[in-house]
Amino acid sequence: MKLTVWTYEGPPHVGAMRVATAMKGLHYVLHAPQGDTYADLLFTMIERRNHRPPVTYTTFQARDLGADTALLFKEACRDAVERFAPQAIIVGASCTAELIQDDPAGLAETMGLSIPVIPLELPSYQRKENYGADETFLQIVRHLSRPQNRTARVTCNILGATALGFRHRDDVEEITGLLSDLGVEVNVVAPLGATPADIARLPAAHFNVLLYPETAEAAARWLEKTHGQPWTKTVPLGVGATRDFIAEVQAITGLAATADEGRLRQPWWSRSVDSTYLTGKRVFLFGDGTHVIAAARIARDEMGFEVAGLGCYNREMARPVRALAKAMGLEALITDDYLEVEAAIAALAPEMILGTQMERHIGKRLGIPCAVISAPVHVQDFPARYSPQMGFEGANVIFDTWIHPLVMGLEEHLLTMFRDDFEFHDEAGASHHGGSAPRRPAADVPRDISGQKMDAPEPAVVAVATADNIVWLGDAERELKKIPFFVRGKARRNTESYAAAKGLSQISIDTLYEAKAHYAR
Amino acid sequence: MTAQLPLPAPPVGGGCRAAPVLKERGQREVFCGLTGIIWLHRKMQDAFFLVVGSRTCAHLLQSAAGVMIFAEPRFGTAILEETDLAGLADAHKELDRVVAQLLARRPDIRQLFLVGSCPSEVIKIDLHRAAERLTIAHAPRVRVLNYSGSGIETTFTQGEDACLACMVPVLPETQARELLVVGALPDVVEDQMRALLAAMGVGPVRCLPAHRIDEETAIGPNTVFALTQPFLGDTHAALERRGARHLPAPFPFGEEGTTAWLAAIAREFGVSADTFAAVTDAPRARARKAIAQAAAALHGKTVFFFPDSQLEIPLARFLVRECGMTALEVGAPYIHDALVGPDLDLLPAGPVISEGQDVDKQLARARAARPDLTVCGLGLANPLEAEGLSTKWAIELVFTPVHFYEQAGDLAGLFSRPLRRKSLLKLEAAE
Ligand code: SF4
Ligand code: SF4
Repeated sequence: MKLTVWTYEGPPHVGAMRVATAMKGLHYVLHAPQGDTYADLLFTMIERRNHRPPVTYTTFQARDLGADTALLFKEACRDAVERFAPQAIIVGASCTAELIQDDPAGLAETMGLSIPVIPLELPSYQRKENYGADETFLQIVRHLSRPQNRTARVTCNILGATALGFRHRDDVEEITGLLSDLGVEVNVVAPLGATPADIARLPAAHFNVLLYPETAEAAARWLEKTHGQPWTKTVPLGVGATRDFIAEVQAITGLAATADEGRLRQPWWSRSVDSTYLTGKRVFLFGDGTHVIAAARIARDEMGFEVAGLGCYNREMARPVRALAKAMGLEALITDDYLEVEAAIAALAPEMILGTQMERHIGKRLGIPCAVISAPVHVQDFPARYSPQMGFEGANVIFDTWIHPLVMGLEEHLLTMFRDDFEFHDEAGASHHGGSAPRRPAADVPRDISGQKMDAPEPAVVAVATADNIVWLGDAERELKKIPFFVRGKARRNTESYAAAKGLSQISIDTLYEAKAHYAR
Repeated sequence: MTAQLPLPAPPVGGGCRAAPVLKERGQREVFCGLTGIIWLHRKMQDAFFLVVGSRTCAHLLQSAAGVMIFAEPRFGTAILEETDLAGLADAHKELDRVVAQLLARRPDIRQLFLVGSCPSEVIKIDLHRAAERLTIAHAPRVRVLNYSGSGIETTFTQGEDACLACMVPVLPETQARELLVVGALPDVVEDQMRALLAAMGVGPVRCLPAHRIDEETAIGPNTVFALTQPFLGDTHAALERRGARHLPAPFPFGEEGTTAWLAAIAREFGVSADTFAAVTDAPRARARKAIAQAAAALHGKTVFFFPDSQLEIPLARFLVRECGMTALEVGAPYIHDALVGPDLDLLPAGPVISEGQDVDKQLARARAARPDLTVCGLGLANPLEAEGLSTKWAIELVFTPVHFYEQAGDLAGLFSRPLRRKSLLKLEAAE
């Protein structure tokens, strides 16, 4: 038993739904109780899909348990095939149905349906959503793909895009364009937009482009083994990775055509002087393994950030993420416990978080800006505009997205200079984010004519004890408040660790500035 | 002639109480009872809701709440793992460990609800026994109770019913004559209701659920109770078993419903018609005015209810009688005549009254009827909009303050907004 507050991944049958909903002409018959139909809203509300997911739930109830839930399943199966006339169905059980052991696969096979029936075995009590998607797609490919000759022209399949994926819609479009620059036509995109008939044609392509290892690596490996199709190992996220991806495709195809970099603006935006303030910003990265690995490279090599910590929630990617962390001199945080992530972020006090919607909320609580780089997704991750993460346009989008939550360069200095201004005070936050700028009432801050605040004198030694029992003296605490909010957390933490290292029990103004000098970069 | 307390006029052509009910048993598209935790944990400020279930249950709570509204909420899921499924003795020990861990982290928690789910019920984890054991282990600081919010036994709002019903047997006994108002209401609404009753001299008024365990009421044979929500069937039965007496009335939605609900209480407590009028005339007039403004867009329009929150029948009554709409179908997951009978009496005959669901058949009926407004769950709303039907998602009706006079206009507004929006947007391509 594991106590869970928020989860990064849903159960495996939600992964299967992401594959089924992405496809056309496929239907999913899911043995499940009525409450499990909540999953429809993920697609209709979060992703704003205008169709119900192609899922029939048996919605068995307690009174059915003694009677015949197997019969219920068969009826649901027959009705679904009649009503929706799919080219193929996938059948499976949710966590509850797994316990009643009706064997949906076996039942569906005995029904003599005229279309392919693809059984899914998704262990609900061991695995999660990404596994569910990966395994479902593998089974679909195994059951439906047919041996055949390669196309005359050089073609590839694009694998991994699903419903409810983080920017999958736009990534596919961007990479399709990039491949066309490279002289490669797309044979099939799957699961997103593919029909069962399209899946049958997968082996006609010369190779596979794997965009999301989380949801399609098993299928890519199987296609390699069974149909001899190589697959791309680089995920084209970021400028460097996109260039590596291009080289990888050229090596596979032997074609010399190269991509048009005309619209790539990220490198100049990052080099231009306004971006100097990004230098060495300490960032914490968390998300699915693929996006975190790519983001670490972008953060370090293309933004000039310092990666202060990183990790992923999907254990399937633990190995490469650990290796990457080690290479960067860090220890990876592999967990799906949101409280552990929060604790790690609080302890590291980074200047920025690159994470998921979960980390965005952690950031809100800790007062740390956050940009979203990975699923799990939220309605905001489905913008109306074209907004890929992959390829050259993706690199541009990532630059904009990542700097948006930060206080901008010049503004940083202005805040430091005018920190006592009643309108332009530091609690107002970044000026380009409306809403959260409470005006500090001028009358509340009485001043004498020299501009000194006329606070009642406070005793010098009241103050707050830290975790290590180090005491902040009153004047040091006040001095700390004069430091702008976006670096205050770091200053507090640095000073405390400096004091602890020096064996001090009190922090005075001097300690504060000694620590500042010590950590100066 | 002495003045009488107001009574709503029954419809000329008869009501819906005797109408045949279309009973459906097919695929449902409704949340399970776990969903109630999302509003109950806000209402009961010292309570924690621990679901004993699967990753699906945790995911449902998270999705229905909209990703993480509350940084550390007072609910969580003890997710069953493979090892728990192997042997049951283990599951109880595991539960004890998880509860101890939880209570250590949250010293503010005074009441803990163990909430059963489909998996915990199918493998028969006896949560009642666990609750008794844990109550003793953590007495006197924490009281542990259990109920089921599982999807094999409860739909959506029935979770609140199950939760309140499980509290009734442990409430202390009293002989006092008191009014108990039952159903979780937003605080602002509860305060308005208390103020109206106080002004009429009715009191003391107790609420179930209370904000905190220390504010809990006692009940007994002299308790009379009024329900503010139509889905509290089991709680109603549990209270009657304790000897308390129900005051049947239409539910307090809209000006008319609120007046009828208050009048039923006033009658019981011997409030004079003059006092009643003095207290309610002004808010009644305000409510009528607000409804008239908000309901302009609803007049003469048709409405179709998919079964969801069990609020469907009282809301249909409000929309038809106070907003001038015509109901085509009113679907409810369950129909408790003892609770919604007074509303069915007032709902003019005509609409199909359906209970249960076969979602694809019902969708076909809705498409054929082409209602001006369809009230349905989140899973259906966008797909129906894409087919050109205007929708109102039902979950908002349980998450927003909609009871009593001052919210009557807002309630009408919830329904008229989709229609107003549709008439505002000019998005069609030029011909
Ligand atoms: S229907 Fe059952 S398994 Fe599904 S979320 Fe509700 S309680 Fe959990
Ligand atoms: S800000 Fe948070 S609560 Fe609000 S919609 Fe986004 S994720 Fe949900």
